[in-house]
Amino acid sequence: MIAELGHFVLVLALVVALAQALLPIYLLRREPSGGLAVAFAARASYLQVMLIGLSFAALTYAFVRSDFSLKVVFANSHAAKPMIYKIAGVWGNHEGSMLLWTLILAAYGAAFARTAKNMPARFSSFVMATQGLLGSAFLSFLLFTSNPFARLLPAPFAGQGLTPILQDPALAAHPPLLYAGYVGFSMSFAFAIAALATAGEAADGRDNAWARWMRPWILTAWIFLTLGIALGSYWAYYELGWGGFWFWDPVENASLMPWLAGTALLHSALVAETRDTLKRWTLLLAIVTFALSLSGTFLVRSGVLTSVHAFANDPERGIYILAILVGFTAGALALYAYRLPKLTPDGAFQPISREGLLLTNNIFLATATVTVFVGTIYPLVLDGLGLGKISVGAPYFNAVFAPLAVPFALLVPLGPLLNWRQGQLAPLKPWLVMGAVAALLLSLILVLLRGAPSIMVLALFTASFWLVLGAGLDLGRKLAPHRAKLWRFWRLPSTAFAAPLAHGGLGVLMLGILAATQWREEIVVAASPGQEIDIASITLRYDGLREIDGPNYRSEQARLSYLTGPHAGSHLFPERRFYEAERSQTTEAAITTDLTAHLYAVVGETANDKRVLRIWYHPYVAFIWLGAVLMAAGGGFGLRTRLRRRA
Amino acid sequence: MMAKLTPKQTRLAALIGGFAFLAVAAGLALTALEDNIVFFRSPSELAANPAKPGEAMRVGGLVQEGSVARDGLRATFAVTDLAHTIKVSYEGMLPDLFREGQGVVAEGRFNGAGLFVADTVLAKHDETYMPPEVAEALEKSGKYNQPHPGKSQERAQ
Repeated sequence: MIAELGHFVLVLALVVALAQALLPIYLLRREPSGGLAVAFAARASYLQVMLIGLSFAALTYAFVRSDFSLKVVFANSHAAKPMIYKIAGVWGNHEGSMLLWTLILAAYGAAFARTAKNMPARFSSFVMATQGLLGSAFLSFLLFTSNPFARLLPAPFAGQGLTPILQDPALAAHPPLLYAGYVGFSMSFAFAIAALATAGEAADGRDNAWARWMRPWILTAWIFLTLGIALGSYWAYYELGWGGFWFWDPVENASLMPWLAGTALLHSALVAETRDTLKRWTLLLAIVTFALSLSGTFLVRSGVLTSVHAFANDPERGIYILAILVGFTAGALALYAYRLPKLTPDGAFQPISREGLLLTNNIFLATATVTVFVGTIYPLVLDGLGLGKISVGAPYFNAVFAPLAVPFALLVPLGPLLNWRQGQLAPLKPWLVMGAVAALLLSLILVLLRGAPSIMVLALFTASFWLVLGAGLDLGRKLAPHRAKLWRFWRLPSTAFAAPLAHGGLGVLMLGILAATQWREEIVVAASPGQEIDIASITLRYDGLREIDGPNYRSEQARLSYLTGPHAGSHLFPERRFYEAERSQTTEAAITTDLTAHLYAVVGETANDKRVLRIWYHPYVAFIWLGAVLMAAGGGFGLRTRLRRRA
Repeated sequence: MMAKLTPKQTRLAALIGGFAFLAVAAGLALTALEDNIVFFRSPSELAANPAKPGEAMRVGGLVQEGSVARDGLRATFAVTDLAHTIKVSYEGMLPDLFREGQGVVAEGRFNGAGLFVADTVLAKHDETYMPPEVAEALEKSGKYNQPHPGKSQERAQ
């Protein structure tokens, strides 16, 4: 009954979304100032989020109650499963995760409706109509191809369970974060459509107010996407038991592309807002970023990729999402081409200026996006043409990213140090020289001490240190006027922290990647109890195995004791778990997490009465996620500035 | 420091700079692609058209029942598309979902003796589905029917 209700309100939500897409356009014809249209669209947005929220609650209820008469619940849940994973199971499958997607879309729409009065009514009407159209597309996708409320008759007694590797706290949070990022870019998309539709209508003749309105939404989406990707990477690191943090898996790439494009958008919108230039590029980027978010969904959901995430291998769904992707992108690009001449001309600027460097940043990020795109799509194209099945792996991406990263990272710190219009580097020269020398020296010392015999690695280290030092210099300059009240740090302006944290975070992240890939050590042994294992000047002893019972699994747990080092006397407990309901097993790595290094142990199967153990030493690997969190925090400070300014 | 550029000149410079940059990047990407492409071959394709020893590739199929043998850290097994088989050897820890009768993809190269030495072995994370390459290889060999109950259930609905 509850499920039918959930289904019914979803149909209602589709009706509301269609009305939200179409009626405002009609009302705008009747009353061009847009008062009526905006009033209607805002109410429709609220109603839509309530309806989809109800539907989501109904599905959650079915999962919590383990109602196996629902097909998704049957296929993805089991009565003997901890409550948190019953709830997370709602989005641990195709149908539920698409419902979550539309819920987040509607939530963004409703959040916008609350702030719509700060913008011209016509503009907000177009934004909300676009959101309504997106909502209709995804709701009909749900209802027609992926109905989460489909019944099974007769109802089975037990569910098939949720894939055990998905039964993990980080993974419970990963899809909502990632979706909040992907879907967040629907806002900048809708803003771009509205900006194009209302081009030439600005009272002051400057067509760039949309950039100011767009920025907080881009920031929000970007923060979520950054955290979502980082969390996914951390999950893959500790849960898959392969000891890696990024695999250049097509699905990882699918999330990286909108992130790269979104980062470019974040910066170009800043230029469009402050300097009334790069408007056309920014609008294009807003469209492309969302198109990449959609293709991420398409790649993941259509099953064209071999991947962790390919849980729906259904061509019909793939075609539907592809149609949504092509429809919205082509429509937006057509509008773009048609309305572009209406935009006021861009302002001019000098190459050595903040906007000049931000443009360079955009060129680099766009190039990076394209190279990831090529590496991800190329195998699909070849396969489609019947030219063979290939895979493009890490070597390609490493070969392309390393030479791009160095000049990019060298330029990043200069941007915030330069003024708008025409910047001067001369006054900063002593600082810059000091920073460059320090970065080079630090890298030389590290590389000579720990060994990494390549110019590229040295260059990458230097660039990373330079990023961190440059961020420090930027922060110092921004805080200098507030020297007297540094101790009351909560009173300091948020804007001073935004760019330094984000840029410094990137440096920290790169340092983590470099150290973890260059100085990683790995050992695989077949050990019998009592055997000692040496890795990275640490000695461990394998003590043996014991069997333990978890809530819905049995486990073989190995014990490793630290014989030397700061952790001497403590233990590692890697496990192999067997999940009864799902009839599958997982590897639970045991990790000692220090800031400077992780020791990572995995237990394998039996080999000639011995146990296979695989142990990694990952120096500074924590810096990767720390860097990502710093970047997101930088975004958070930027957002805080925005919201305060508005209040 | 530098003569002021007119807006037109700036735009031109940005355009030329941008295109030059893109050209360099494209060149970089294409070279990298050329060096790093790995082809997928099914056992039947390899039987018809044997590979050169030392050429990096991916092979895939089902792990043949009863073929897995372990010697210390080294595991050997046969990968089959039910028409032909390949002997694979791998040193290290096999993935969780690796088992006889399941789909698997191995990355590596043939040695002189016709043994495929794998650097990586991938079993599908989700046991429900098999790697698309494997499913297709099996379909092509013509001796395999979709076996999975979950899937047939979905179809039946």
